[in-house]
Formats: sequence, structure tokens, C-alpha cells
Amino acid sequence: MPQHRLVNPMVRNIMALKRVALVRQAVRIEEEIKQGMKKPYNEVIDVSRDNPHATGMKPMSFFRQVIASCIYPELIDSDKMPLDVRERAKTLLECIGGSVGCYSDTIGIPIMRDSVSDFLTRRDEGVPSASGNIFITHGSDHGFGLLLKMLVRGDRSPSVGVLTPVPSQDFGNATLVASGASAVPYYLDGQQGWRLHTEELQRALRSAREVCDPIALYVINPGDPTGHVQSRESMEEIIRFVYEEKLLLFANEDHQDILIGEGCMFISYKKVLAEMGSPFSDAVELASFHSSSKGFMGEGGLHGGYLELVNFDPSVQIEFDRLISIQSLPIIGQLALEVMLNPLQPGDPSYAQYQEEVQHIRETMVHNVTRALEVLNSLPGISCEPIKGGASMFPRLHLPHVAIHQAKEEEQLPDFFYCSRLLEQTGLCVCPGSDLGLPEGTYHIRLCIMTSVDTMEEVLRRLGKFHKQFMKDFS
Amino acid sequence: MRTSLRDVNPRLKAIGESPCNALRARALHITQELAQGVPKTFSRVVDLCSFDPQREGVPPNTFLQQVLAVCLYPELLSDENFALDVRQRARRLIQSCEGSSVGCYTPSSGLVYIQHRIAKFITRRDAGVPTDAHSIFICSGFWRTLTMMTKLLSSSEEEPQNGVLVPLPYPHTLAMVLGLAGIRSVPYRLREDAGWAMDLEELQRAIRTARGCCRPMAIFISNPGNPTGHVQNRKSIEEVIKFAAAEKLFLLVNEVDQHSVHGSGIQWVSYKKVLFDMGPKYWDRVQMASFHSLSNGLMGECGLRAGYMELVNVDKEVMIFAETLVNMDISSPVPGQLALDILLNPPQPSEPSYDLYTQEILTNLATLTENALRAQDFLNSLPGMSCQPAVGGFYVYPRVDLPAEVLERAKAAGVEADVLYCQELLEEQGVCVGAGSENGNTGGEYHLRLCVGVSSVVLEEALERLGAFHLRFLDSYSCGPHLETP
Repeated sequence: MPQHRLVNPMVRNIMALKRVALVRQAVRIEEEIKQGMKKPYNEVIDVSRDNPHATGMKPMSFFRQVIASCIYPELIDSDKMPLDVRERAKTLLECIGGSVGCYSDTIGIPIMRDSVSDFLTRRDEGVPSASGNIFITHGSDHGFGLLLKMLVRGDRSPSVGVLTPVPSQDFGNATLVASGASAVPYYLDGQQGWRLHTEELQRALRSAREVCDPIALYVINPGDPTGHVQSRESMEEIIRFVYEEKLLLFANEDHQDILIGEGCMFISYKKVLAEMGSPFSDAVELASFHSSSKGFMGEGGLHGGYLELVNFDPSVQIEFDRLISIQSLPIIGQLALEVMLNPLQPGDPSYAQYQEEVQHIRETMVHNVTRALEVLNSLPGISCEPIKGGASMFPRLHLPHVAIHQAKEEEQLPDFFYCSRLLEQTGLCVCPGSDLGLPEGTYHIRLCIMTSVDTMEEVLRRLGKFHKQFMKDFS
Repeated sequence: MRTSLRDVNPRLKAIGESPCNALRARALHITQELAQGVPKTFSRVVDLCSFDPQREGVPPNTFLQQVLAVCLYPELLSDENFALDVRQRARRLIQSCEGSSVGCYTPSSGLVYIQHRIAKFITRRDAGVPTDAHSIFICSGFWRTLTMMTKLLSSSEEEPQNGVLVPLPYPHTLAMVLGLAGIRSVPYRLREDAGWAMDLEELQRAIRTARGCCRPMAIFISNPGNPTGHVQNRKSIEEVIKFAAAEKLFLLVNEVDQHSVHGSGIQWVSYKKVLFDMGPKYWDRVQMASFHSLSNGLMGECGLRAGYMELVNVDKEVMIFAETLVNMDISSPVPGQLALDILLNPPQPSEPSYDLYTQEILTNLATLTENALRAQDFLNSLPGMSCQPAVGGFYVYPRVDLPAEVLERAKAAGVEADVLYCQELLEEQGVCVGAGSENGNTGGEYHLRLCVGVSSVVLEEALERLGAFHLRFLDSYSCGPHLETP
């Protein structure tokens, strides 16, 4: 029987991750509220991660109508749904074998993969994409995990290493830990809008080589939680770096649809790579990830995503195929992905409403950022920078020494200490920067800003009230 | 280029190509050729290699479709064309989701409401045996769940390796799941001559072998059997439980086909119920994980990706590890979780959708029953084939005796003889069936794996083509069929 000592040591490493602690606390508080325990608030608001429909955002109508019609095809024949919904559902239903209940090909339904590669070719203004290099996933984390699974070498020393940005959700992410790979941190520059400096990458790589065999660099663009959008120049530096050091490049581009900064442009790593020409464009091995969990869709619960492999050795790609062959993919997730990548055209009956909904989301995000900057920057001990893209803000906490000391007395990291008290006292759940890999000495909180305007007001109200009191109590 | 085969996970490389996948790739190619007008003796490929009922003509369930559609697009809650119970169920399910949206992330072990609903189902099914909702983990399908359990059980690569006793034949994806986790599989042979029953002596032989080469930690059981279609009686289950108790093995029980028992007069009972009925002497000692899946219910909803695992009597510490692992794995997509509720807690007799729902389920069960019997009869009528009765699940698993020349040709081609048979069947008649060597039956004993969870029209067509092929195949060897003496 599995005894404590016999359980896979890797599992024990995962236990050490702190992220679960706040989640547990929130669940406990919700239970207590349900049982009628009196609190200064009626509900927990969780903006520690991106779950937009839970924080007041609405799903996109066209997407949901199409998917519902695919699930229950009688809706296609009725006139309940707009014509373009019915036509799209009819086409999709034919592609998936007539029902969302069929098994999907393990790498994804061929038409879906074609759809993805068409989208990519369009997005990247002609840089060709082959559907043979597209693999459908449950989401970016899942895709990342699959690649790691393929590349780790069991328990043989040295383990493979992945240079991972700090701060990010992925640093110390269990996907990495569970795979057996080592996460090697490289620190984004908080003083310079979270830029990535090549010198820092080189430092990280040198230190990595002492403890593992680093094989890849993982970048997130637009950044999460940093909200930074990389410039072409910066991306070219990264590509040169991985080329010289012979590393794989993993690019999580989940937030590519959400750009907030004025004049902000997203360019994909694939495009930059292609435009750099030889020798980079033939040699750098790139895997990019995207999903329908983020962006305007926010459909994390449906599990639709893809990854694209560029310049990978064909025999390695065959092994990847085989690895994937024991899993199965949800059909509904692929539908969500397809509709996300091929939305409506002007002239389609549902186009106007679709555009309205997109506009509303954009305006809400811009409003939320503005309000957050206003409110937070007016408080002592918090400073907040504007973001260029993505769905979160990452204000810095300037915690008083007394608070830091108290935290240490309670054996907690100072920003966790702050977040835990915030949650307990106001029911507001945000993510401490230490959960995202930030070292001692700088303290941040991450909050998702993909919420309704009213929810954001409430978030800022609770946070503002708590913060003022906290600064007073620990001065 | 930097990355090469050298860099790929050695465990993945060691697993090798799956014949089923290769066959299906070839089947896809043939389908494309047909679309391009390449003339063949058949107009479409029939795939009985693995289970995909809706693709092969089994109709989806109306109540499920309606409820899920409303959950995806809640504006339909006000549409009175949907029966009241559809709308009420959808409303309840939507409310159980965070933000009342199926697009929201759920807790990693699944929606709390669904965990409770599953627990309710299990208690009802097992006539009152208590179930704790916290020991239910909802995951994205059986194989994913099992993979997670294997992570829990797998060791580091210092000797000795952890081992699991597996049935022979085993479900065809099992080898890869265990191989990737670095777990040693030690087979225990099922008794073909007794309808693929478990054999206690064989279990004892297997554990002795296992102790010589690894550290056996668990025993994997499929009940109903996959691919055998055998359903264990209570006595057999008690024997296995006593064996596991004596040898201190964790029980990994695949019960995904529990709704698909079709043999006349056959009763299925869960391992948990039997364990409970055996009293504290065993209930307090034996730990188990029981697996169930949405895909294998009579609705055949394979594309929604949901299943669950119930951990029974598991050490508290191990439970925490399991929770952690689940936290770090992908959860089940929300529509799948909601569908689980419908599978396990169907409409009641007083409800408007009850009649149609029940009729559809019973029709699927009747088709499955007829198909299993028809397939067995037909296969048994072919020379050199013998098929044990399947009384549960979706496969029949006939033995096929192959002439010596076939074995030689197969050897020369570097494949197992049953794989060669399947390849030629596919080329000649457009029927894709599984090779028993994928289920572990090698070394002179050849079997085929046919999924009968299809429409009866599809099955009839497949059997006709298979029969034609088989006779032609045997005929092509001089002096008619030679039976290989084992």
C-alpha cells in the first residue's frame, strides 16, 4: 500500500507550493458564509486569477449560440438562432462527425487544425503555417506540460531545465514541477516596465548550468502578471539569445488579444522569427501556445487551446504525436477555439452585436485600469504602473517594517501575510507576488482586471479600505 | 536544429508505436483515397478498433443534449419548447458553476455540486454504503485519471521499480500509461476457457514473479473486463480483495463499463460494495481507487471528456497527495462535468423527459446486447475463430488461429501475426479491428478486438466484410486453413 514514504518524491515537491493555501482559505470562508457565520461582507470576490465570468463579465453571445446549436442540433433547424449562427453550427457539426459526443483525433480534428493554421497565416500577415505543426490542447498550460513530458528524462541527472520568467504564474508552476523539469528563474526588470534583459538571461543560464541541463527559454508575451508587451527589438534579442545558446523557445501568447496601452502592437514570435531570416528562421525551435481561456472569450472552463511547433525535428514531432495519442481532447473546446479564431465578418447578421460586445469588454478593461491606477496610486504604500496588455495589474506594496516583522513571526512571507489578512477581513482574494516567484524584499499583489465595472469598484473599495487600515495598524 | 530524438524522454521512446494508432492512421489515409475517388471494394472504412459509438451510428441522448445546450446558452431557460425538467436541471447545473457560467474554471477536483451528486449516485448504487464527496475526484477521462494515480504510485528510478499487477489481456492503452510513469507491469493471466475469469492461483503466481523483479504496489482490475467483456461475480471479487489484503496491494479498479452489462441474468456489483460487505476485517485494511467515465455510459459521450475516481479507505496522507496532484493537473471541461450529473442521476419516472430518456438508453442497451450476441455467433461460425461470451462492456474478443505461413510472413514484416491480419483486413475490406497483441496477448495466441458499441447496421456490415476476408485469407494458404497448434 502506498505509504507516505513510498509516494513519488516529485509529489512532495508540489506540496511545497504555497498557491494552494489562499485557495483553501477562500474555500473555508465561503463555507462559513454559507453556514451563516457573520462577516463584514457577503461574498468572496476572487481576482487572484483570471475567471472573468465569475467577476461580472459576460460570455460572447455568438460563441455560446454556435456551441449550443452544435450540442443540440435541433436548434439549427429552428429559427430561434440567427442565420449565421445556424450556418456556422451546421458546418462545424459536419466537421466533428455529427456530434460533440464523438471522440476527437488525439491531435485535434483536422478541420480545426486547418482553421488554426489559416488564422495564424492571416494573423502573421502571410508567414505560412502548416496544420501539420498544429496540435490542439486543453489550454496553454496543458500544451506546455506535454512538451515537457516529451523532453524530460525521468530521474536521470542532470534534470532538464527551463528558464522561466519571474514574476509569472508559471514559475514554480506545478506543471513544471510535476514533469520533473527544473524551473530556473530569470528576473524581469520591475524598474523598467518588466523588461527582459539579455544580461539577466545570461546570468540565469550560467547559474542553471551548474544544477541542470537547461534546454528551453519560456517567455510570456503579453506578460502575466506584468502587463508588459515586448517590442520587436526585445523579441529579436531573445531570438538571438536562444539561437546562440541552442535553447528551445516556448512562447505563451495567451493574452495576445488584449492590448490596452495606446498604440500598443502585438507581434507573434513566429512572425519576428520569420522576418529575421536566416540563420535564425531555419534554426530556432519555437513552440507557441494560445487558448480560448483568455482574451474576449474567457472560456477557461471549456478547454480549448493549441500549440504550434516551428523548426522541430520531424522525428521528434513524431514522438510528440505518440505522446499525445493516449489523451483525448474535448470537442466543445475545439469549437470554442474555432469560433474564437474565425469570428464574424461585417455584413453577418450577428456582427453588430458581436462588435458591441467586444467594444464593451475593451472599454471596461480600459476603465478598470484607469480606476485602479487612480485609486491605488492615491494610497500610501502602494504604487501601480499602467499596463500595456493582458488582464491583470501588479501593484507594488511598500510594506512597513513592523508588518514585515510580524509576518516573519507568523512564519509567513510578507505579501502572503498581507493577502491572507485582506482575504479574511474583506473577502477579497488577490495573488501575492511571492506566489509568482518574486524574491524577498519586493512585494506585489496581482489582481485580475477583467471584471465588470461594478465589481472593480467593489474590489478597489475593499482593497483601499483594508490597505489604509493595514498601514495604520503596522506603522 | 538542436533537439533530436536523443533528447526525447526515454520512457516515451521505449513504448514504441501502437499498432492501433498505425492502423487508424492508415484507415484515415484510405478514407482520403476514397474521397479522391480511388476505387475500392468498399465505400467507407468501418472502425471497430476502439470505442466511439456516436461516430459509428449510436444516437446521442436527447435529454443530455438539451440540458447542455441550455447550460451553454442560458437564454434558452425561458424557452418553453424545452421540457420543464430540462430547464430545471439546466438551471441547477448553471447555478453550480462559478459566475453561473460554464466558461469559468472549476476547482481542480471538479465542481463541488457535481462531486456531491456523484457521491449520491454511488451511495444509491451500493445500497447505502457511505460515500464522502471529498474522496471523489472529477477528471478529464479515465486514462487521465489513471495517469494521475500512477504518478502517485511511481517511484524514483532507483531499484526496485514500483510494479502493478495487470490482467492479461489488458485494455490496449494501459501499457503506455504505465510505461510513461515508469511503472513495471506484471501480468496475471485471465482464464479464457472460463469466459476470461480471474484465477486466484494465477494471481499468486504473478505476485511471486512480481516480487522477484519489482516492488508490487497495486493490482489493476477491469470489471466489466476490457476487452474481455467478463463480469466478476461476488465470490470472485471477494477472492481478489482477500488477495490484495494479504499481499498489501492497492486496488485500482476500472469500473467504467458498469452501466453496460448486457448478458442475460448477469448482475454487476461494485468492488466497494463487496468490500464493505466483507466487514471491518477487510474494510479497514484494503485501499482502493475506483474509476468511472462518462464515455462508457450508454450515452456514449466520449467527446465531453469527463470521468471520476473515488478513493476508498485511502490513508489521509495519501489523500492529500492525491488532492495536490489533482490540483496540478487539468480539470475536466465543465460541460463534461455537468454531463456526469445527467449520466448518474437521470430523469425520474415522474418527470416529463423520463420516457424518452429511458427509451433511448434501453434502445442502446438492447442494440449492444443484440450486437454482442450476433458478433459472438458469427465469429464462432468462422473456421479457426472462437469467441468467449462477452456479458459486459463494448468489445468482443475472439481468438483466431493463424496458419504457420502467416506467422512467418508476419515475422519477416516485423509485426505480430494478428497485426498483419488486421492490416490486410483493413486494406482489403475497409474494416479496422484491434489486434490482441496490443492487449498483451502475444506469443502464439492471437486475438482480435472488435467494438460492438455501434449501430446494428454498422456491425452487420463489418461482420459480413470480416467474414468474407477471413475465408479468403485462410483459403489463400495452401491446403485450406492450418490451425496453429499452441
